Amino acid sequence: MSQDILNILKNAFPSAIVEQETETGDYLEIKPGEWFEIATFLHDTPELHFDSLQCITGVDWGPEAHLEVRYNLHSMKHKHKLEIRIVLDRETPEVPSVEKIWRVADWFEREVYDMYGIVFTGHRDLRRILLPDDWIGWPLRKDYETPETYHGIVVPKIKEEWE
Amino acid sequence: MGVLEHKFQDNIVVASIDKLLSWARSTSPWYFQFGLACCAIEMMATAASRHDLERIGMMPRSSPRQADVMIVSGTVTLKMGLRVKRLYEQMADPKYVIAMGSCATSGGPYWQYGYHVLKGVDLVVPVDVYVPGCPPRPEALLEGLLKLQEKIRHERPLTRKTGT
Repeated sequence: MSQDILNILKNAFPSAIVEQETETGDYLEIKPGEWFEIATFLHDTPELHFDSLQCITGVDWGPEAHLEVRYNLHSMKHKHKLEIRIVLDRETPEVPSVEKIWRVADWFEREVYDMYGIVFTGHRDLRRILLPDDWIGWPLRKDYETPETYHGIVVPKIKEEWE
Repeated sequence: MGVLEHKFQDNIVVASIDKLLSWARSTSPWYFQFGLACCAIEMMATAASRHDLERIGMMPRSSPRQADVMIVSGTVTLKMGLRVKRLYEQMADPKYVIAMGSCATSGGPYWQYGYHVLKGVDLVVPVDVYVPGCPPRPEALLEGLLKLQEKIRHERPLTRKTGT
């Protein structure tokens, strides 16, 4: 991330950017509140022109810590890229959806929701994408416990008896 | 067939209907064509020209209602496990199941930590032949299919079971 992008963003959204101790230039951490406006700004401003959302990643930092969402943006025109990180509360993880800005975010956000239970507010079709609809729990969270049965199918946990 | 044997010309074979039925079943077990993971690639290789499943009378059918054998080729997730069970129930009797590869046999590499993987397809449907391997080579699958044919050939579908 170049310094220019950071300056443009700091001027446009002075309160949304979380101050960092070391600005290594790899990523930018923002608060979840204004994310939709920032994303629209990143997409529509001609000198930024982030037309490609390459990836959305969910991160769980452990049962005592927070959840996190990361967005990897890239501009086909200017050939620059940017990583946005949003730290979320573990109890009520909610972040505005950017599915209306980058259509590819539709399935990305559904997958992050499926695995981490992070709710993307404003998403028009937020369902599980890989797991069955009646699945209980968020499997990639660190404190997830494998269910013992699924529709009467036993999922053996203790493996010693089987070997 | 002591009495009737060799009474007719050479192109008439006399056999008991029981043996004939199991022989006919064993030599044309049509398999249900669906692949779940990488084992399906080996199953396709087995069906293709080099190994050629049709020379032992097996051909793929796309509908469970026309199939006799279900080759569970690959990782069965819990979500798919319910569907595998339903597909098995839709097949007409007599029906057989082959668990191909370590995933279908026991969960394979997902044995310990795969929260979404069925730990062996025999938890859902009865399995006739297990083919080990990850994935099994086409020769191994052929061996398993020949074992299944042998099993079918020893069945006596019309003989009433007495005693136990």
